[in-house]
Amino acid sequence: MVSITNLHKKFGSLVVLNGLNLQTPESGIIAVLGPNGSGKTTLIKSILGMVVPQKGEIEVNGERVKKHWNYRKDIDYLPQIANFPGNLRVQELIDMIKDLRGKEARDRELIDLFKLEPFLDKKLSNLSGGSKQKVNLVLCFMFDSPLIILDEPTSGLDPVSLIRLRKLIQEEKAKGKTILITSHIMSFVEEVSDRIVFLLEGKIYFNGTVEELKTSTGEKDFEHAIANILTENHA
Amino acid sequence: MLKILKYSFYDLSRSRWSYVYFFFYLLLGVVLLFLNNDLSNAVITLMNVIIILVPLIGTIFGVMYFYNSREFTELLLAQPVRRSSIFLGQYLGVAISLSASLILGLGLPFIIYGLFQSGAIWDFASLLVSGVFLTFIFTAIAFNIALSNENKIKGFGLAILVWLFLAVVYDGLFLLSLVYFQDYPLDKFSLVASMLNPIDLSRILILLKLDISALLGYTGAVFKQFFGTNLGAFTSVLVLILWVIFPVWRIKSIAAKKDF
Repeated sequence: MVSITNLHKKFGSLVVLNGLNLQTPESGIIAVLGPNGSGKTTLIKSILGMVVPQKGEIEVNGERVKKHWNYRKDIDYLPQIANFPGNLRVQELIDMIKDLRGKEARDRELIDLFKLEPFLDKKLSNLSGGSKQKVNLVLCFMFDSPLIILDEPTSGLDPVSLIRLRKLIQEEKAKGKTILITSHIMSFVEEVSDRIVFLLEGKIYFNGTVEELKTSTGEKDFEHAIANILTENHA
Repeated sequence: MLKILKYSFYDLSRSRWSYVYFFFYLLLGVVLLFLNNDLSNAVITLMNVIIILVPLIGTIFGVMYFYNSREFTELLLAQPVRRSSIFLGQYLGVAISLSASLILGLGLPFIIYGLFQSGAIWDFASLLVSGVFLTFIFTAIAFNIALSNENKIKGFGLAILVWLFLAVVYDGLFLLSLVYFQDYPLDKFSLVASMLNPIDLSRILILLKLDISALLGYTGAVFKQFFGTNLGAFTSVLVLILWVIFPVWRIKSIAAKKDF
């Protein structure tokens, strides 16, 4: 699905990605974890072509990312911070993205799922953080693309919506899709993900299943296993 | 790119500022025509206003639009759209809507006044052509500045400085150098110097068309002598086109390398 070789990215003198290599399996949920500033978002944005890496090669479905754009039709992306043009109404935004993609979309179903109906005529600048995140989720999940990238999908959601989101993610996984997730909520990660990719200092420090992570660190609890990696390295 | 252009245009058509700009020109046109009672005089007065004001509005509006649509840009970047189409689409959206305000705002009062029956129609057309050129040039410069500066205040400041330099300071420096080097032949120098400033260039274009030698000034006179009226107008249009192409090309090349 996604294949990354020797990826390097610096912002000024700050090295964010330092020779990162990653192959994702054909389907399943992969959680990208790491401390703050470890390059999770930069990695995701490089896959999307929003960040231009200095060195290295990224391929999505065998198509090179650099200087290409059409591969993005196979990616659904949920940005970390839901920034939308404030003067548009929710319905207008949804229609616009549908028009840009020119693809079949199941926006109705998702609007019902997240109970967004009363907000459709509201301007995006007047929505609360949580409602914006729901709009963000609708925009992301309404197209049936084989690769889904979720950057902090849980931020700002109430418990009910969180349960719906979990269900949604499991449904998409059942369709045989690849899903990349970053999150700081360890219980969420442990519950949904098949594989863990742990980033540290711009490289992949660990790549395996949750069970493998627990045995390799000798911790029974997932959260402690992650903490173990961090303290081992910074001790 | 057409879809992006459509949405930028749609966005701008709901912006209050497009209408403020339009009504300002409408008012200016009406007042000048009915106070002057003479088309040619009105065209000359308008030229002086347009040549200073159009670049200013193009620069401010371009920088403002770019910074305000950052969210929209980020949203689009994750969609299957070519990067250059996003930025060129937004650029054209701003430039076309500003040009439309200019053409409609000035055109309507002139048409009502009886432009089509008058001999001044071509003079007026040259005024609008220069206005449109200036809009496209300065909006492109504004996009260049905004793309290279993350900091809004810095971007705005720089944009105003560029306008101030090209609209006011440049002429002063030009004049000073003419006085200082008056013992040397200055034809070539002034020819080149005026080509390096799109505002001077448009002024010359309009004045050549109006054929008012008294107002041509030194550069205009050199221009006329060097190229003759037709060739002079042709050359200045050609250089104005280059003035559009270069910043637009640079928008494309900066946008291709930028991280979001």
